[in-house]
Formats: sequence, structure tokens, C-alpha cells
Amino acid sequence: MNTPVKTFPDQKNTTRPEGPVIVVENLCKRFGDNVVLRDFNLTINKEENVVVLGRSGSGKSVLIKCIIGLLKPDSGNIKVFGENVPELNHDDLDRIRARIGFLFQGNALYDSMTVRENLEFPMRRHWINFSQKDVDDLVMEALENVGLVHTVDMMPEELSGGMLKRIALARTMILKPDVILYDEPTTGLDPVTAREIDNLILKLKKKYRTSSIIITHDMNCVKNTADRVALLLEGKCYAESKYAEFEHSTDKNIRQFFE
Amino acid sequence: MDLTAKTKLFFDETGKIVRFAGRFFSMGLKPRFEFRELLNQCFIIGYKSLGLVALTGFIMGLVLTMQLRPSLVDYGVESQLPTMVGIAIVREIGPVITALIFAGKIASSIGAELGSMKVTEQIDYMEVSGTNPFKYLVATRVLAATLMLPILTVMGDAVSLFGGYLGVNIRAVTSFRLFFSQVFQSLSFNDLIPAVIKTFFFGFAVGVIGCYKGYNSRLGTRGVGSSANSAVVLSSVLIFVIDLLAVQITDLLGLNK
Repeated sequence: MNTPVKTFPDQKNTTRPEGPVIVVENLCKRFGDNVVLRDFNLTINKEENVVVLGRSGSGKSVLIKCIIGLLKPDSGNIKVFGENVPELNHDDLDRIRARIGFLFQGNALYDSMTVRENLEFPMRRHWINFSQKDVDDLVMEALENVGLVHTVDMMPEELSGGMLKRIALARTMILKPDVILYDEPTTGLDPVTAREIDNLILKLKKKYRTSSIIITHDMNCVKNTADRVALLLEGKCYAESKYAEFEHSTDKNIRQFFE
Repeated sequence: MDLTAKTKLFFDETGKIVRFAGRFFSMGLKPRFEFRELLNQCFIIGYKSLGLVALTGFIMGLVLTMQLRPSLVDYGVESQLPTMVGIAIVREIGPVITALIFAGKIASSIGAELGSMKVTEQIDYMEVSGTNPFKYLVATRVLAATLMLPILTVMGDAVSLFGGYLGVNIRAVTSFRLFFSQVFQSLSFNDLIPAVIKTFFFGFAVGVIGCYKGYNSRLGTRGVGSSANSAVVLSSVLIFVIDLLAVQITDLLGLNK
């Protein structure tokens, strides 16, 4: 079913940004003696899916948590829609966060709430004025996008892993964000369900014209979803190019992901 | 771990808890208030504890009366049984036992709930969806625990006294009216009010410790279990410490006569 893209009451005059939507400059982050990111640089353009590839513990999740302001970097700039995230106060950060979706690795759905309440939560919390009809319409539209309308009054414990991931994706998309940060969206899923998630990522990108950073080490997910790939190695952006170039690279640090 | 390290750890942990409690006053009591979640927590923390508090209160009153009777009979002051039971329950046993039951039920559930929310990134999600998790999760639970425990205590005292009345009637016959008129004649506001005031502090301690342990939970599911466990132990110990301080203060004010 084709549902028209809606504009939120307070976003009617908000134009989508031209040029890069996220610019990460010389980002450094350490935990004690463990330096996770050192002078990391990355640019995300409008309507572009960038996959950040890296081994477990290489700092991929730390990167996107710095971008959304969950972690404070030790130094460097993170410009999202032209505003430097580490310098923003709580209210400004909240305003920026309303335009960014974040899909957590473990879904982070609230066990004590139904699917409907989980989906309504970000709408109630960002202090945007929605009428009850807007809320109901957006919930149903989000569930239609992921093909799970029938689960609206179910509890998360009644759903399978793949369904939970799709519900979490629906919740991420419900505020029609300009940017989505995916933290290992296909980890722990069987290949068929993982492929469904990849297709959903592409479908939602096309429908809502979003830009995305996808954190993963699942090479099928990289192949299916990436417009560009960045390899995070020893805290730095080691390589950055199209997937095809990565696939044919002879560099041993890149080859290890294909073998 | 040697004694110096243990002492350092104790003061370090105490400092963190005090800072956490300070955040409740500096952040949790400022607008925007989470009234809806506060009411929800009052329902969960208060209403859902009613049955447990009533049952334990009833048994406590009954047992206390049955245990006291032989000693009073020996001294020939059996008629003073309602007076003794009333003072013991209202001043000390009612508030402390209710608070300990409350700590066992509420501190563990808050510790485990917030701990599992922490390890499953639900608290992080709350933050990215424009909600201050401290206000939404911590402030509401601490406030609900602080407000609900005094109400539960008063209700628990009433049920305990009824248990005491039944206890008296196991070996003798005393009318309901006579028993309670003797209980109320022996009690004054100097007995009731300090006892109720200290339960606000007990409730605050249970809420803060439960939230602190859960909010700072680590090490996955093992950490969640550990948070729930240490929340109960620490809040129970704190209840006795606060009770000790409360007795000293009421003594200094001359209210323990």
C-alpha cells in the first residue's frame, strides 16, 4: 500500500539539508588507556547509505553513539545538519535527535509496553504536538512499512527476533528522520530475515529520502545496502570507497572481510 | 582486598550514592514533570504492595501479642497488653517491618528493572528519543517510593493492631471497642508523627538505592541480579541506620517519653 509521505506540524518549513548531513572531523575517544577512535574523519552526504565496517570492538558503535550525543568525544567535531553536536545544550541536542533515527543492536523495545505504545513513545517524548489521529495514522503507517500491522496490540515477548527488529525499525522511522544510524541491523538474524531487513533499509531510504550510517560486519548487508563503505581500523578511517572497489581490493586488511 | 582498599571503596560508593541523591533534588524536581509516570509508579509501588504489607502486618501483630502475653501474665499486668502492643507497633515495629518488606519487594524490582533496561540499551533509547531518563525513570520511582511508604505504614499499623486484637482474643475475651480504646488512650501524636516522618526517609532510601544500583548496573544479566541483590541489602541496612538516627533525634527532642 502506498502511503503518502507526511510532514509533521513543526517541520512544515524545514527544508532537507543540501550537501553533507554529517561531517565527522578528527574525532578522538578513549576509555581509560584504551584509545577507540583517533582522528577519525567521515562525511555522509544527503540520501547516501554509508556502511562503517570493522571488527568487533573496533569502535563502530562508539562512533554512532558520539554522533547522536550518547557519548561525549574527547576531541574533534561532529557536525550534524551543520551543528556541532558536542557543543549543543540538552534542548538543542533534543531538537537534532528528533531528526535522527537510531536502531539499536538489541532493538531496545520496552518489554512492558505493547507494540503500539512502543511506537507512540518517541512521538510523545519529543514534545512535538501530535493529535491522537496523527499518532494513530503514523503508527499504522510505520507498521505497514514493515508489514506487521497485525502485531499492533501484541507485547514484544510474543514476537520473533526478526519481527522485533522490524518493529524497532518501524519505531526508528516513525518520526520520518533525515538521518538513520543503524547499529548492526542484521546481527543474530538468519540469512533470509537479514535479507528482509536489508530490503527494508533500502525501501525506507527510497521512500523517505534518508541518509544512513550502517554499522555492521555482515558482508551481505554491506553488499546490499552500501552506497559507500568506510573501514574503521585502529581508530581511523583506513579505507573508503564503493563496495565494488572494496570487493576487488588486494589490501590484506580489506580482504579479511571477504574470506 | 586489604582494609585500606575496602575503606576507600566504601567512601567512594557512599559519595556516588550521595551525588546520585543530589541529582534527584537538582534535576528530578524541576519541570518538565513526568506526572503520568509518577502516577503509574505510585500504582505499582504503592497499590501493588498493599496485599503483602497487610498480610505481614497482620501476622506480625498476632504473633507479637501472643509472644508478649506470657511475660505480662507473669508480672500480673495482662491488662496492659493492648497498650504495649499499640506503642510497639506504632512507634517502631510497624514502620521498620513495613519498610523492610517494602525494601525487599521494591528495591529489588527497581534494581532489576532499571538494570535490565540499562543492559538492553532501553535507557539509551529513551535518551535519543528526547526523554531525560533520570527524570522519567529515577525521579518518578524515588518520589513514588517516598510518598507511598508512609501510607503503607499507616495501613500496615492498622492491620497489625487488628491482628493484635485477634491475638488477645485467642486466650481471653476482649471487646473490639475496649481493645482499641486502650490502644488509642496510650498513644499520642508524639508517637505517631515521628514514626510516620521517618518512613518518608525510609522510602526515599529504598527508592534512591534501588534506582542507583539499577541505573549503574553492568556485566550483563549477572550484573542485573547483582544490582537487585545489593539494592535490597543496602537499603535494608540503611533503614536501620536511619531508624537509629531517628530515635536519637526524637530522644533529643524529648518525644520518647
